Amino acid sequence: MSLAPGTLPSNGSPAIRTQDLHRHYRMGQTEIHAVDGVSLQVNAGEFVALLGSSGSGKSSVLNLVAGLDRPTSGDVMVQGRNLAQLSREELAHYRLHTVGMVFQSFNLIPSMTITENVELPLRFAEVDRGKRDDMAREALARVGLQARTNHRPSELSGGEQQRAALARALINQPKLLLADEPTGNLDSHTGTEIMNLVRDFNQQLGMTVLIVTHERALAERYAQRMIFLADGKMIGEESCASGKAAGETLQGARP
Amino acid sequence: MKLPDLTELALRNLRESLLRNSLTTVGISVGVASLVAMLSLGIGLQQLANRRLVKSGLFDTIVVTSRRDLHSFGHHDEDNGPVPAESPILDEPLRVAIERLPNVLEAYPDIRFITELRFEDKPHLTMVAALPASAKSNDAFEGMPGSFFSSDTAPEAILQKSFAEELLGKTPKPGLDETKAADLAGPLLGKDLILKYAQRQAEANPAPAEQSSSEDVAGAAYSVVSREQKLKIVGIADLDPESMRGPTRARVFLPLKLAESLHVMQPTDLRDISSASGDEPVYSSISVHVKSPKYVQPIENSIKKMGFNTFSILDASRSIQQFFKVLDVFLGIFGSLALAVAFVGIVNTLVMAILERRREIGIMKAIGASDADVKKLFFAEAGAMGVLGGVVGVVLGWAIGQVINFGTNVYLKSQSFPPERFWSVPLWLVGFAIVFSFFVSLAAGLYPAGRAARLDPVQALRYE
Repeated sequence: MSLAPGTLPSNGSPAIRTQDLHRHYRMGQTEIHAVDGVSLQVNAGEFVALLGSSGSGKSSVLNLVAGLDRPTSGDVMVQGRNLAQLSREELAHYRLHTVGMVFQSFNLIPSMTITENVELPLRFAEVDRGKRDDMAREALARVGLQARTNHRPSELSGGEQQRAALARALINQPKLLLADEPTGNLDSHTGTEIMNLVRDFNQQLGMTVLIVTHERALAERYAQRMIFLADGKMIGEESCASGKAAGETLQGARP
Repeated sequence: MKLPDLTELALRNLRESLLRNSLTTVGISVGVASLVAMLSLGIGLQQLANRRLVKSGLFDTIVVTSRRDLHSFGHHDEDNGPVPAESPILDEPLRVAIERLPNVLEAYPDIRFITELRFEDKPHLTMVAALPASAKSNDAFEGMPGSFFSSDTAPEAILQKSFAEELLGKTPKPGLDETKAADLAGPLLGKDLILKYAQRQAEANPAPAEQSSSEDVAGAAYSVVSREQKLKIVGIADLDPESMRGPTRARVFLPLKLAESLHVMQPTDLRDISSASGDEPVYSSISVHVKSPKYVQPIENSIKKMGFNTFSILDASRSIQQFFKVLDVFLGIFGSLALAVAFVGIVNTLVMAILERRREIGIMKAIGASDADVKKLFFAEAGAMGVLGGVVGVVLGWAIGQVINFGTNVYLKSQSFPPERFWSVPLWLVGFAIVFSFFVSLAAGLYPAGRAARLDPVQALRYE
């Protein structure tokens, strides 16, 4: 186990770097420090898992990296840009083009068909109607979802819905894939399938992956590196042997 | 987001909560319908009144009188003219001067006199007036039995219906249906009428005035000679073409040029004898026909500056116009009240939609929708409801109008009145109503759209 980022396996420049990141909420009279001084780094092309129990602040960190939330203080550098300094408009553009997100509850829009859900980001990106269909079909093919794409999400299984959500995350060809407990609502078999797809994106498409989970086994199996959070603070990190690109067999103890 | 996508998504979202959005749209339609209905009624009534006034043919006529005369029309606006005694005389050169004013079609003297007419050797006393050739297009003479004067100098006469009845010895019984002009035409058309009149003849030799004039006038004296003129009856006018003149209205009409050539003794001759130069006629009043009613006011003003009194029906109709303007405003306000209720309905529906679709808004933001995208989407939904409601509302308003029109006319018919159109939906009102509804709806969407756009995505995603 090492806390120094420089000693960690890296195959490129930092894709994500946070610097003394704080996110405080006010709940009535008490101030909650959801993120309390986190400095972490994820290199380009890396597959990193954020681990911690619920309330550890891992999802808050992910939301800050996703540009869905703004830090109370500190910086979030993604591909050289400080998200803390972007306008709302610029953040929306960043979410649209730089980040793809998947959630535990899939977050597909129930009134739209699978295809429509997948191509929704293309509408926001103002991609021509003619191109959209092809791009959506391609993305759906990549996640292995070809049948029932004209059905609404509620008519599909959880695994199929998460595949659709992955296809939607891919559609604008972002550099970053952020996943918040992507297998939390799935059985272990389906969860494995989804995680295999995520690994494919990492290895074949070269996407940098940051995944939030509380399942250590899952993280060890897929991630190259694990970052541990508790009470909004980073309490350690660990490289995993399983990470194919890691090329190292640093087997750390549990912090 | 592009407009077609926006519209498509908005319509899809409207379909998702079909009942609620339909009810809101119905609310807008009722608002628009009541607005359209109210304004149509106002416009229709105004058109009805205007039709009546324009039909009279006097909407574009100004009557000019000398200030030396009595103010028969009750006008006392002498603020910018000479005092009555010094006011100029209405004579031929002045008539020509008035006719030369811009936008004046013609200016013709009002020749009218009370005299005796003989029909089948029976004397009848009535007011006779001269009509210019242009009066042919007057509604009163269109479609009347017989024809208009064959020429401006033809020895012909057109009778007013009541005089025709008098000639035939028929007196209309009150309460009963009036006789049709056509029934009178048969026994009268082509018959001769003897007009007896007093002719004014200029005298070569100055002589003591034959009339009660106490002055000795040199060079401008004239004598009065009794004359007769045979006239052929060519038409019977059903309508009263001179409703505006009230008690002085004429019942027999002659062509203008013929009437002028008769040199009938006029009441004003007595007084104007001092200033009139012999043969030149002096008119008691001149009717000025202008190109369109909108020129009446400026021409009236310039004639007043020349030192004459003027009167036009516009003076009388101005207060009517004002009444309709006020009526329109009030009807519009009542119509808008319903639309205001619809406005609140839209705000309510969209605010509900935000609560319901909070998560959806969060998702859209998470996958890259900007504040503007979300705002536009809610605007598009409000606008779509507005346009839909507007179109349905216009149709509804039009239908209400048709039903009321129909109902009123059934009633009018039962009371033996001719049918009328009280309801008028002009094309501009259709366009205005839809555009108005659209903008009212957008305004209603302003707050909900802004609220949706400001939604915090993290909070919105947490919402189940």
